[in-house]
Amino acid sequence: MVATPTEVPLGHDKTVSRRAWDYTRRHPTVVIGLGLLLLMVVITLLAPVIAADPLFMNPIDRLRAPQEGMIFGTDMYGRDIFSRTIYGSRISLTVGISVAVLSTVVGLAIGLIAGYNRPFDAIVMRIMDGIMAIPAILLAIALVSLAGASIQNVIIAISIPEIPRVVRLVRSVVLTIREQPYVEAAISVGTNFWKILWRHILPNTVAPLIVQATYVCASAMILEAILSFLGAGTPPEIPTWGNIIAEGRTYFQRAPWIIFFPGLFLAITVLAVNILGDGLRDNLDPRVARRM
Amino acid sequence: MYAYIVRRILATIPVMGVVAVFVFLLLHLTPGDPATVIAGDYARPEDIVRIREQLGLNDPLYIQFGNWLWRLFQGDMGISIFSNLPVTHLIQQRLEPTIMMALTTIIIAIAIAVPLGVLAAWKQGTWVDRAVMVFAVLGFSVPIFVVAYAMIWGFSIKLKWLPVQGYTPIGEGLIPFLRNIIMPAVALGMVYVALIARITRASVMEVLNEDYIRTARAKGLASTTILIRHALKNAAVPIVTIIGIGIALLIGGVVVTESVFNIPGLGRLTVDAILRRDYPIIQGLILVFSGVYVLVNLLIDISYTFLDPRIRY
Repeated sequence: MVATPTEVPLGHDKTVSRRAWDYTRRHPTVVIGLGLLLLMVVITLLAPVIAADPLFMNPIDRLRAPQEGMIFGTDMYGRDIFSRTIYGSRISLTVGISVAVLSTVVGLAIGLIAGYNRPFDAIVMRIMDGIMAIPAILLAIALVSLAGASIQNVIIAISIPEIPRVVRLVRSVVLTIREQPYVEAAISVGTNFWKILWRHILPNTVAPLIVQATYVCASAMILEAILSFLGAGTPPEIPTWGNIIAEGRTYFQRAPWIIFFPGLFLAITVLAVNILGDGLRDNLDPRVARRM
Repeated sequence: MYAYIVRRILATIPVMGVVAVFVFLLLHLTPGDPATVIAGDYARPEDIVRIREQLGLNDPLYIQFGNWLWRLFQGDMGISIFSNLPVTHLIQQRLEPTIMMALTTIIIAIAIAVPLGVLAAWKQGTWVDRAVMVFAVLGFSVPIFVVAYAMIWGFSIKLKWLPVQGYTPIGEGLIPFLRNIIMPAVALGMVYVALIARITRASVMEVLNEDYIRTARAKGLASTTILIRHALKNAAVPIVTIIGIGIALLIGGVVVTESVFNIPGLGRLTVDAILRRDYPIIQGLILVFSGVYVLVNLLIDISYTFLDPRIRY
């Protein structure tokens, strides 16, 4: 019996919506996470349309509970918590994504060299072990307090403790791949170093790096909020979720909504990124998926 | 085995060395004159001169580092710029609340997380497993201060069961101590529980596929015996490892939790020092916290040799 290949259903015969539905059924977490995250991005982009001026003070409407016209309530200066929370999402997403990109790029560069160069590897990995021994929050607040409060400094300060984790990941991939027979074969026929790096090593780092980057993004958003909350993050006049929560602390018993709404938005955004990361991990990196 | 333990102890030296260099350089890495940075925005020129003198900032960098390290070995972490008291003294004063909170958190977290993880692995694929995993993702995602304020709102303000904030030493009675410590410990422990439960589930699940588990089932052992005596025991190494690595999360969390609940521990000391740019205290605290992290992980690495006789180094 000879199987007729034409009878095998091919992927491209299905309609786009059918394929999307199949994907959703197989990887619900990726779709839910991505959907929530996109919603957040849309809200952020639409901030000028849906929200009022987040800095506008209206002393007559101080500490109003959530009600019609001010659905999240107001703070001690009568500023609208809804507008402030919506504008706060800009900073959180900017910091989260910037830290993910920055630490991935720097970590990738260091990790590739470390995986290839033994003497460099020995030194770099000791330094990375040292940085990893310093709790991330402490390192970040110390850096921000010394460098001065600005969004740029917050991004750098949060990236530094994240870099060693990326370096370790990339290095382990490089060490595994360069022992593979096809890479040894490529070396033996005299393929040049950059080509091996580009064609064989880099593609293998992509999947684990994307997964890692989502986790870095999630933890960076939490760290940013913590830094602002402790008073060592973004300048207090910028409405970020951490800053709004920090300002609400004194009034918590009277006006819990000042903390509740930005806290809720922060939790949902981080949750979305984490769900997306878990889904991508199961999807892209089956080796890790089995272990977790 | 002793050779391994000695080697493992020696391996901590370069790590702590890097931490020390990093902590020392922290001030010099940042743009601008360190004395001006410490003095803050309202400093007079003579304040800056005094601070520069006090910290020995006029010497070349390597001499500064040598002096600093030498004093460190003698247990001298310098003098706080703000209060003029020795940093070691300030840290000792604040140790108790932080240690008690951390211990309570670790005990509660392990007591909740390990059974949850084992349960999820055992009931793999059922709603119990899913619920545990959902809880784990939530634990990773909801920031400490959100959990903390939600609990304060519920248990302290609405129900009036627990005090809003503060700390009572255990010496003044177990019940008052627990009433104050329970909410901070739970808030702090959320991430930790999520982390441990997830790893426990994964490693127990892996062990449950082993042949000896099938043999144990075949000879009719009770499920609990199999889970605890056979599965959990063999899954112990990754679980213990993550308990050690997770200490880093706890240390970071301490800073936030103590601020929210107004607990006079090392975390509050850190925040106060940061806000006042009291650099010697920040240096001392980073060294102490990193030292604790390195020490805990050293002990855990050594414990492998006892936990799992198959591991030979």
